[in-house]
Amino acid sequence: MTAAFFILAALTVAGTAAAMGLRNAVHCVLALTVGFAGVAALYLQLGAQFVGLTQIMVYVGAVAILAVFAIMMTHKPGEDQPRIFSSHWVVGGVVAAAVFSVLAWAISSSGTANQFPPPEPSVTVLAIGDSLMHTYVLPLELMGLLLTAALIGAVVIAMDRREETK
Amino acid sequence: MTQMLDQIFVTAKLWLMGYIPAAAKPLASAILSVVPVLIAFPLLFAITTWLERKGLGRIQNRLGPNRTGPFGLLQPIADAIKSLTKEDIVPLRADHAVHFLAPVLLVLASFLGYAVLPIGRNMVIVNLDAGVLYFFAAGSVVELAVFMAGWSSRSKYSLLGAMRAIAQMISYEVPLVLASVVVIMQAGSLSTVAIVEKQTGYTGIFPHWFVFTPWGFVGFALFMIAATAESNRSPFDLPEGESEIIAGYYIEYSGFKFALFFLGEYLGMFATSGMAITLFLGGWTAPVSFLTWIPSYIWFFTKLVTLIAVFIWIRGTLPRLRMDQLMNLAWEFILPMALLNMLVAGVWHFMPSGILRWLVCTAIVATPCVLFSARLKRKKRLQVRTYIFAD
Amino acid sequence: MTSLQNYLILSSLLFSIGLAGALTRRNAILVLIGIELMLNAANLNFIAFWRYGPNPSHLTGIMFAIFSITVAAAEAAVGLGIILAAYRHSRTTDLDQMNSLKG
Repeated sequence: MTAAFFILAALTVAGTAAAMGLRNAVHCVLALTVGFAGVAALYLQLGAQFVGLTQIMVYVGAVAILAVFAIMMTHKPGEDQPRIFSSHWVVGGVVAAAVFSVLAWAISSSGTANQFPPPEPSVTVLAIGDSLMHTYVLPLELMGLLLTAALIGAVVIAMDRREETK
Repeated sequence: MTQMLDQIFVTAKLWLMGYIPAAAKPLASAILSVVPVLIAFPLLFAITTWLERKGLGRIQNRLGPNRTGPFGLLQPIADAIKSLTKEDIVPLRADHAVHFLAPVLLVLASFLGYAVLPIGRNMVIVNLDAGVLYFFAAGSVVELAVFMAGWSSRSKYSLLGAMRAIAQMISYEVPLVLASVVVIMQAGSLSTVAIVEKQTGYTGIFPHWFVFTPWGFVGFALFMIAATAESNRSPFDLPEGESEIIAGYYIEYSGFKFALFFLGEYLGMFATSGMAITLFLGGWTAPVSFLTWIPSYIWFFTKLVTLIAVFIWIRGTLPRLRMDQLMNLAWEFILPMALLNMLVAGVWHFMPSGILRWLVCTAIVATPCVLFSARLKRKKRLQVRTYIFAD
Repeated sequence: MTSLQNYLILSSLLFSIGLAGALTRRNAILVLIGIELMLNAANLNFIAFWRYGPNPSHLTGIMFAIFSITVAAAEAAVGLGIILAAYRHSRTTDLDQMNSLKG
């Protein structure tokens, strides 16, 4: 394990653990942002430049902002929740621990997972754009359709309907 | 001789690198590239604060600061001393950790954008293959810092200001990116160095800058409007206007943290202007072919100071837009114009070069602008203004 | 040298942290955040396999990760819209109290 990987992995795990464990919801989202940034740095370390920068732009710049806006709009001041974990937290924790142990056992007992990297591939944005337009043009068009539907749908769902009944 | 002067910083760095042992070379190279930028742009920030106050003063028919030093030139130093020695007041109910980290994150995100700007020939800190995307990704971290500042102060006004500021920044981020997509389409690359390389030729004495094409001109105008809104400057400074919400999301900050917010905002303005120069105004290239003997970084900073002067001019001249007017402008005019601009750039690319494509592209681009201004004028009757000057 | 195993264990750890959060937190928005975290972990897995795989020039891992980021963003937007609508109806985001379908 190189030092860079270890530091980034520790940062990411700390950020995400804090995101799921803190009491204040806004603190959770800010810790999550640190986790996202850590994952983006891991992408950059793996040589996927475009995906890493897209991760920062979409997750840190849009999804985190969405989450904090939603928290602000659903926040009742003065009512600080006495309990942050739901009543069946034990089962949830056990399931998550079981999932992790099974996955970790499967990975460490596998032979193919112990590889060391081949020489770094040179991926240009031109190659990504090229394959988006030729090999993956159908998923691209479907993504456009999906994003349009999500945009309109989210606005319609979250719209305040009380104006109609006035 | 001019070649040597042009590459003086590059040769200085190579000469210094010769004295460094091989083990420390990557770190030393990074430090030697980054430190000049860290010095030059805050210095430019100090000069800009002076320029802004003098310029705004003259536009508003008054003298600017003129007591500290000749023509008020030592005013930035006085401002720095003031902000460093003021008491740092933090509200009692504020979230101390987030309150402290917000200005730090803002300045950090603003500085990160400078890594891909080519300040001169061969003078870019890192030539990323996806440089323009990196710049916009660094810019989108600023919104999170704004939210942190507004929310952590636990004050109604700061929260309201933060929500307005974020709504404005998100709305104008889309036209900003779309206005730069046109340049990426024509240059064929996301690398800032490659984009500047594409603008280096001259026909006669005129340069091949992208701003001198119909789609480039409109793209530049849209980019500048969106950049003004992204850095919360007038006429889009409703989230932080002094007569509106008394400094909005950084109302509870004092002393050095306020100065950091100020610094971060201006650095963001410089970075976006620098990106506009790289994308549309030819980066470090000279505007006429017989002036190429002037070093490239001089041209970059000249263009940067010109754009800053234009920002100050606009701030002193145009009235503030209301929140709904601002959002309507973004979603109903700027965004469709940016999409139409992309269509025009495609038409330009596929038509054979000649006068016909100039006429067709200009016609497609000018029609919505003419219709929009006609619709605006229909509602008002313009009157002749009379001015009364102070003596 | 980092081996593929390290990246896979990291991504499975992130996945299980996200799963734990999604299963145990009360606030609906934090459950959604847990889901986003699980998607991130899966993306990391894809990129790690792309890098260490036999044919990185096919860009399959990168393409999948790009589409996954897109879909995750859209799903976060719609999910938060639904949470806002549910909050407007029941005046709470506590999932333990939203336990009846009666409107």
